[in-house]
Amino acid sequence: MSSEAIKHGHAVAEVHSHDAHDSHGHDHHHEESFLTKYIFSTDHKMIGKQFLITGIIWAIIGGLFSVLFRLQLGYPEMSFPFLEDLFGKWAAGGRISNDFYYALVTMHGTILVFFVLTAGLSGTFANILIPLQVGARDMASGFLNMLSYWFFFLASVVMFASLFIQTGPASGGWTIYPPLSALGQASEGSKLGMDFWLISMALFIVSSLLGGLNYISTILNLRTKGMSMTRLPLTIWAIFFTAVLGVLSFPVLLSGAVLLLFDRNLGTSFYLSDIVVKGEILPNEGGSAILFQHLFWFLGHPEVYIILLPAMGMVSEILSVNSRKPIFGYLAMVGSLFAICILAFLVWAHHMFVTGLNPFLGAFFVLLTLLIAVPSAIKVFNWLTTIWRGNIRFTPAMLFAIGFVSLFISGGLTGIFLGNSTLDIHLHDTYFVVAHFHIVMGVASFFGMFAGVYHWFPKMYGRYLNNTMAYIHFWVTLVGSYLIFWPMHYSGLAGMPRRYTDWSNWQSFNQFADMNRFISTVAMVVFAVQLLFVFNFFYSIFKGRKVKSQNPWGANTLEWTTPINPGHGNWPGDIPEVHRWAYDYGKDGREFIPQTEAVGEHESKH
Amino acid sequence: MQAMSEQKRKIHPHKFTLWVAMGSILMMFAGLTSAYIVKRSQASWMMLEIPMVFWYSTVTIVVSSLTVHLALKAIRAREMVAYRRWMVTTAALGALFLLLQVVGFNALGENGIRLVGAGSNASYSFLLAISGLHGLHVLGGVIALMVIAIKAVSTTSRTYSSLPLEIAATYWHFVDALWIYLFIFFNWMK
Repeated sequence: MSSEAIKHGHAVAEVHSHDAHDSHGHDHHHEESFLTKYIFSTDHKMIGKQFLITGIIWAIIGGLFSVLFRLQLGYPEMSFPFLEDLFGKWAAGGRISNDFYYALVTMHGTILVFFVLTAGLSGTFANILIPLQVGARDMASGFLNMLSYWFFFLASVVMFASLFIQTGPASGGWTIYPPLSALGQASEGSKLGMDFWLISMALFIVSSLLGGLNYISTILNLRTKGMSMTRLPLTIWAIFFTAVLGVLSFPVLLSGAVLLLFDRNLGTSFYLSDIVVKGEILPNEGGSAILFQHLFWFLGHPEVYIILLPAMGMVSEILSVNSRKPIFGYLAMVGSLFAICILAFLVWAHHMFVTGLNPFLGAFFVLLTLLIAVPSAIKVFNWLTTIWRGNIRFTPAMLFAIGFVSLFISGGLTGIFLGNSTLDIHLHDTYFVVAHFHIVMGVASFFGMFAGVYHWFPKMYGRYLNNTMAYIHFWVTLVGSYLIFWPMHYSGLAGMPRRYTDWSNWQSFNQFADMNRFISTVAMVVFAVQLLFVFNFFYSIFKGRKVKSQNPWGANTLEWTTPINPGHGNWPGDIPEVHRWAYDYGKDGREFIPQTEAVGEHESKH
Repeated sequence: MQAMSEQKRKIHPHKFTLWVAMGSILMMFAGLTSAYIVKRSQASWMMLEIPMVFWYSTVTIVVSSLTVHLALKAIRAREMVAYRRWMVTTAALGALFLLLQVVGFNALGENGIRLVGAGSNASYSFLLAISGLHGLHVLGGVIALMVIAIKAVSTTSRTYSSLPLEIAATYWHFVDALWIYLFIFFNWMK
């Protein structure tokens, strides 16, 4: 505790010239064992890598699940004997059983939303980037930060274990609505698997909260001298708002989950009333299933932005660096992040338009939902004007950042359809919804994450990722994502419902059989290309081209003033002082001016 | 030394973290109490009968807030004897509060009210779930207070830093205020 205070005091106290970081002389290394360096590390950079690699493992599992259920959806009449070899009774006769299908869908959603895009994306980049970009030796509390990872790890272990229990993992959709999820007798997936799910999520929430607390206090308290809030890179602003969203919304999900655990295990009736299961009348009365939906979506909607905001922040940074132009409308970018953050808490009921919500109440939620289009449009406009007439370098990170903008526009536009309560009567629970949230939240955030990995990999491992594999990865993923999700809009408009195992006996949706087969095939190709990325990632950690220059992208932010392989504490000498914002690109005839450079006498204003 | 003065004006990062955490905890109870309000307006709501014991536990936790404040004043004034006395008192009062809460729920059970299981009513289940979660937060505070109290009494180490107690005291006042809020809420929103 005291050592951190000293560290911090040190940072504020000693302000020399920004050249100080070049001296590698007085690097105070304390001896680290394998255990303290790689496993129980309190170094934010190592914790970030732990989040990233755990996230990658989960992404492979979650992605594989989608391939499995796409096999069923695309080829409903075929049987795949290898499935029975792998999954036994869950895929008897080589066909995925109905229960197993629902379990796969549920786990795919849970894993991707929480374990990959929350922990793997914001956990990774918040950890790696906050101290490096604000100019701090480490997080406000390295210990809490370590706990944050290990709670995530525990949550992962519990969730992973639930895949192997006899009654299978939780099923009922990632939203686990009661009464289905509250009653073990209602389905296989509501038995032990659901308890595992709830316990795992409780641990996950603790992990996110510990992480979020740390991110907020690091950003607000440990900025280096000269790093005012308005000089922060947009990545940090985005992560800051993400953490605020998480800290305020996850506890509400926790309370919802605790009440559900009560209902499941202690026979209470928070969510249950007047239910008959298999001819048996249950004694529960007085509960309300809708109550759970309110509690769930009060988190659930901000969760969308918890996933999306870090991607937006990284994309802003990467677009500016690789266009060699300042970000357009910095304050508007911060303001729109703030607006999204506020609105995120006021729109949850748009997930509940068809639950019997009062239509007059619905009108307010429609209005507030559509209002989100305003900050979103500001952001898109600013990204486009940032790259407009820029001196663009098409690095893999840049391509993924541009891809993010493309997906965000395509997916965002369908959000305007779904935000209308009247249209939602027709569109809810159809493939239109699936297409919308996969493009705007799933794939777009993945693109932001990939952009971040490609851009900061040199900082993380001191090596580059292989470019050829990166370009293949980008183009196949971009084209593939559109090929998978674009057609779903049409079947959704035609009313094709989500979460069904088989439509082949359904006259109205037979016409989409070929399209479904096409989608499934593309999904498999895209999944294979993600494995290529995983290979590239691990191969490059050990064998990638070595980074030779301290600042390979010619970027202004502080992380590029650290040594190529920074130790614990980040800067061997003093922490550099900051004199300007992070976006002085192409100014006064200079390609870029790092934040550490003092403002010259005759410099023009930005 | 200029650094020191600069450092002093800023809030300690751990204290700040605690404030954010308290905001987060508050959101959880806001979620629960608004769920309670929603539920209350629906059918088959039972009027809560709040046993007398909960009044005693409320007084206990309020007094413990006072004693933790005295402990903090004592360590700042380097009055170590008084500091030890108030620390031990606070930790004991914290434990007493938890005990009284358990007694309170037993009293409800003895009056034939089912908190959980078949025949239970959501009104009382809410009382149990919300107070139970509050109790868990108090338990965390009691453990922190006990650790500090043991360190204060132990003869092997001498610490004069008031920071750990400052953080624990802030948290303790918070769980105290949270209980007062919940207590008023339950009495008012029967």
